[in-house]
Amino acid sequence: MRRNNFTIKGINPCFFTFLAISWLGGIMPLNLLAQRDSVKLSRRDSLEKVNQLKEVQIRTIKITRRQTSSTPLQILSGADLEKLNSLSVADAVRFFSGVQLKDYGGIGGLKTINVRSIGTNHTAVFYDGVQLGNAQNGQVDLGKFSLDNIEEIELYNGQKSNVFQSAKSFASASSLYLKARTPSFEDGRSNRIKGVFRTGSFGLVNPSLLWQTKITDHTYSTVSAEFKKANGRYKFRSTNGAWDTTGVRTDGDVESMRLELGLNGVLRDSSKWSVKLYGYKDNHGLPGAIVANVWHFSQRQWNRNFFVQSAYEKNIGKYSLMATVKYSNDYLRYLDPNIVTTDGLLNNKYHQQELYLSLANKLKINDFWDVVWSTDYQINDMNANLYRFAYPTRNTFLNVLATQLHFERLDIQANLLSTLTYDKVKSGPASGNRNELTPTVMVSWQPFDQKEFRIRSFYKSIFRMPTFNDLYYTFYQFRVLKPEYTKQYDLGFTYIKGYEDQALTQFSIQADAYFNKVKDKIVAVPGTSQAMWSMRNLGKVEVKGLDVNMQSSWQLNKDLSLNAGLSYTYQQARDSDPASTTYNEQIPYVPLHNITFLASAAYKNFALNYSYLYTGERYDQSANIAVNYVQPFYTHDLAIHYNAMIQKRKVKVTAELNNLLNQPYEVITNYPMPGRSYRFSLTYDY
Amino acid sequence: MIIDMKKIGYKFQNAFTLLLLVMALMSACRKDLQPPKEEKEYLFPPRPNDPIKGIYLVNEGNMGMNKASLDFIDFEAGQYRRNIYSEANPLQVKGLGDVGNDAGVYGSKLYIVVNISNKVEVLDAKTGKRIKQIDITNCRYITFNKGKAYVSAYLGQVGNPAEPNGIVAEIDTTTLAEVKRVKVGRQPEEMAIVNDKLYVANSGGYSPNNYERTVSVIDLNSFTETKRIDVAINLHRLKADRFGDLYVTSRGDYLDINSKLFVIDTKTDQVKLQYDIAVSNLTISNDVVYFYGSEWSHHTGKMTVSYGMLDVISKKVLDKKFITDGTDNNIVIPYGIAVNPFTKEVFVTDAGNYVSPGILYCFSPEGVKKWKVTTGDIPAHFAFVYR
Repeated sequence: MRRNNFTIKGINPCFFTFLAISWLGGIMPLNLLAQRDSVKLSRRDSLEKVNQLKEVQIRTIKITRRQTSSTPLQILSGADLEKLNSLSVADAVRFFSGVQLKDYGGIGGLKTINVRSIGTNHTAVFYDGVQLGNAQNGQVDLGKFSLDNIEEIELYNGQKSNVFQSAKSFASASSLYLKARTPSFEDGRSNRIKGVFRTGSFGLVNPSLLWQTKITDHTYSTVSAEFKKANGRYKFRSTNGAWDTTGVRTDGDVESMRLELGLNGVLRDSSKWSVKLYGYKDNHGLPGAIVANVWHFSQRQWNRNFFVQSAYEKNIGKYSLMATVKYSNDYLRYLDPNIVTTDGLLNNKYHQQELYLSLANKLKINDFWDVVWSTDYQINDMNANLYRFAYPTRNTFLNVLATQLHFERLDIQANLLSTLTYDKVKSGPASGNRNELTPTVMVSWQPFDQKEFRIRSFYKSIFRMPTFNDLYYTFYQFRVLKPEYTKQYDLGFTYIKGYEDQALTQFSIQADAYFNKVKDKIVAVPGTSQAMWSMRNLGKVEVKGLDVNMQSSWQLNKDLSLNAGLSYTYQQARDSDPASTTYNEQIPYVPLHNITFLASAAYKNFALNYSYLYTGERYDQSANIAVNYVQPFYTHDLAIHYNAMIQKRKVKVTAELNNLLNQPYEVITNYPMPGRSYRFSLTYDY
Repeated sequence: MIIDMKKIGYKFQNAFTLLLLVMALMSACRKDLQPPKEEKEYLFPPRPNDPIKGIYLVNEGNMGMNKASLDFIDFEAGQYRRNIYSEANPLQVKGLGDVGNDAGVYGSKLYIVVNISNKVEVLDAKTGKRIKQIDITNCRYITFNKGKAYVSAYLGQVGNPAEPNGIVAEIDTTTLAEVKRVKVGRQPEEMAIVNDKLYVANSGGYSPNNYERTVSVIDLNSFTETKRIDVAINLHRLKADRFGDLYVTSRGDYLDINSKLFVIDTKTDQVKLQYDIAVSNLTISNDVVYFYGSEWSHHTGKMTVSYGMLDVISKKVLDKKFITDGTDNNIVIPYGIAVNPFTKEVFVTDAGNYVSPGILYCFSPEGVKKWKVTTGDIPAHFAFVYR
C-alpha cells in the first residue's frame, strides 16, 4: 500500500511537468509564428528584398548523420557545445536522452554514465577513435575530460553506424565518441592561438591554451595545455523533512594538469595519418558519503595518465585500410589515513599498462555492397602493492566480419564479433579463458519518397568482461566469473522538416522504443561480514524504454535566432530475477522519467543559453520502499555570452549561472550536490 | 510605431508564457519529504506480564548509506515496531547514522555503537528518545560492568602511521562521558568481563599480512593491559559463560586458515579447548552456546552455513539443532542471534543480500518457526529490555 501511494503521488506531478514541457516545445512555436506573421506584414513594403534573400538562405535543410544513422545518435558539437554550461564532458552528456550521469558531486567527484540502464561499465569512451580503457574497473571518469579541446561529442546506442571501424568499436553496448579539435585556419594564416581563462565558484582557476600550426601545407600540429585548480568547497543543504541542515562540502580540492600534442597530415597518395600524445596528472581529495557525525574526509587520490596513439588511413581503389596503435600507462595512488596498518597508513598504488593494435580492412565489392574485416589485439597488465595481489595480465583478440548494403532508400549493416581473452596471474587461480561470438544487425529505411522520414532498428548482443577489480581486487576473491551479457532491441524513426516564410525554420524529431536485457550481471554479494564482499554473476535486469528528442530552430528576425531542444526518457528498469527479494522492482538510481530542455538565443553579439534538467524520483537501493526513496531534482542553468571582434581577434566573455534556484539535491545518496554556483570565462582566439 | 508596440507586446506575452511555464516546472515535481515513520506489525498475542518487555534490534545498514535503524519486538503489545529511532528523534540530523555495530541495555538506557558515525548513541530504553551522544572514533562493541560502559575502538588515533593499535574506552554511565582509555591490540572487537578483568579479542584486521592473534587482558582496577593471551589469528567474538570460561572465535584468513572456536579458562588465562568449527556468531543462554558459522571458500566461491549448539558444562557439541523445520535453507546469511532466557525461543536474523531489508525469525525451543518479520537493512544486534 505504502509503495503504491508513493508511486502514484510521485508520477502525477511529473507527468504534468512533461505535458507542460511538451507544450513549451509544441505550442510556443505557434505563438511565435503568429508573431512572425504580423512582423512580416509590417515589413513587406520596405524590407521585401531583404526577406526574399533570407528565405533562400533558410530553405535548405541538412539531412545529417543524426537522421541517417541506423543506431540512435545524439551529437553535441561546435557552437552548441560552447554554449552549454559545461566544464567537463560529464556536464555535457547529462543532456543526452537515455543517460544517467552518476555524479558524486563537486569538481573532483567521480562522474560516469549509464546508458539505457545497462550499467556504467557497458559504455565505451573513444577519444579520437581509440578507446580509453580502464582494465582495473572499466570506468572512465568523464569529469576528468575537459571540454576545452573537444570539438564534438557523439553518443551512439548500440554502436556507431559505420562498418569501417576498429573491432573495438563493435564491442560495447553503447559508445561515446569524443573528438578533439581539428586544426582550422583562417585564410592566409598558418597559426591559431586560443587562450581561455575560467574562474568562479569552488575557488576555480582554470587557464588553458590551444595552439595550432600549419607546419607544411599538409601537416598540422596542435598543442593543448590546461591547468585546473579548485578548493572544491561548496555549501549544501540537506533535509529529511524534519531536520534541515546546511553544511559545507570540504576536502574536494583538485589540482590537475593536461598536456596534449597532436600531429596530423595527408600524404602525397592522399592517405591520412595522425599522432597524439596525451598526458594528465591530478591530485585530489575524495570527499566520501556524508553520514551522521561525519562531515570531513582525509582520503586522497593521485592520478597520472599517459598515452600515445597513432592512426593511418589509406584507400587503394576498392580497398581501404585503417591502422591504429596505442600505448597507455596509468598510475593511481589512494591514501586513507583512517586505516593504519602495521606498515603505516593505508597507501595503495596501482599501475596499469595497455598496448593496443588495430587493423580495419574494407573492400568495396560493388556500388551498394561493402565488406569489412577488422582485427584488434590488446594486452593489459596491472600491478598493485596489495597483499597477495594477483598481478593479472589479459590478452584480448577481437575479430569482426561486417557488411553493409546501401541502396537508395535502404541501408543494412550486420556484423559478427569474436572475442577471445586469456588471463594470466602470478598468484592464485586465474579467471578462465573466454571465447564469445556476438552479432549485431542494423537497418535504416526511408519508406516514402521524402528523405525527411526514416525508420531505423537494431539488434545487438554484446557483453562486458569482468574487470580486474571484479576478479582480483581481494585475495579471497572467487575468480570464475562469466561476462555480463546484454541484448538490445531498438525501433525508432527520425523526421526532419524545414520551413519557409515563417519563424520556425527547422524542426526535427527522433524517437526510439527499446528493450534491453542484462543477464549474469556482476554484483557484489555478501561474504561473512560487511567488510567482505565478493563478485558473482547474479542479477538480471530488463529495461523497457522510450527516448524522444526534438530540435527546433527559429529565425525571429534578422538579428535574433533561437534554438530549442527537448528530450524525454522513460525507463522501466526492473530486477527480473525471480529469485531476488526485489523481483520486478525498479533498479537503484534509475528514474522512470527524465527530461532535458535546452534553449539558446543569439542576438547580434550576444548569446543566451538556458538548460533545464529533470530527473524523476528514484530509489537508492533495490527495495522500492519509503526509506530508499530519493526525491526528484531539477536544475536550471543559464549562460550569457558576448562575442566581440577586436582587430580581427575574437574575444568572448561568458558568465554562467548553475542551479539557478539553488535547489538542494543528491544524485547519489549522501553525496550532496552544489547549490547555486557561478563561472566566468574569457576567451581569446586568433 | 503602433506595429512596433504590438511586436513588443507579443514578445512580452511570449516571455510571460515562458516564465509561467518555468515557474510551473519549478514547483511541479517535488513533494515535501517526510521523515521515515514508525511501522507496526502484529506478531503474537500480547504478553503484558512477561519478564521481558521487549527486545531492541539494531539494523546495521549498508556502509555509506547512513541507514542504521532501530526496531523493537514489543512483548507487551505483541507487535514488531520498525524504525523507532527516527520516530522518537525526528530532529536528529542524519538520524542514527552509518553502520550500527553493537547495542546493549544497561540500567534504564539503551546504548548503540555506530561504527562509521564514530559515536555511541545513548537512548532512554523506555521511549527510544535520545539522551546523549558520546564520540568515539571507529567504535566497535560495548559491554558493561559496575556503572561503567566499555567500548572497543579500532584505532586510538587516526592518521598516525606509528599508531596501529586500538583502545578500550571507559564511560561513566551516570555522566555519560568518557573517563579514560587504555591501549590494546590492533583493531579490537568483542569484550567480556570476568572477575574485574576485561578480555578483548584483537583482530588486526587492517593488516591482512600481519593479523593479531591475541586476547588482551585489562585489569579494571588499575585500567591497564596486564597480559596478552595467544589464541589464533583475526579474533572476533568473545563471550563468557557463568563459570568463567571465554568462547573466542578466530575468523582465519578467508583463504588457507579456517575459522575456529577456542575456549579460554580465565583462571589460568590460557586456551584450554579448540573446536574446528566455523563460528561467525554465538550467544550463551541457559548454559548452552547457540552458534552459527558461515564459511567462505574462495576455491568454490560458495558459502557454507551451519548451525549448532554446545553445552558449556560438558563442552560437547550437541546433536540437537535450534532450527529443525528446514527454515535454515531459506536463510541466505545469518547475521544476528539471541535467545529468550525464559522461554528458550531463538531469534535469528537474515541479512539477505545486505542491500535490501532483512528478515527476523523466531523459533520455538523445538526449532520450529513461530513467526518471521521484515526488518531494516542488515538486522544484526539484539538488546533485551527486562521488566
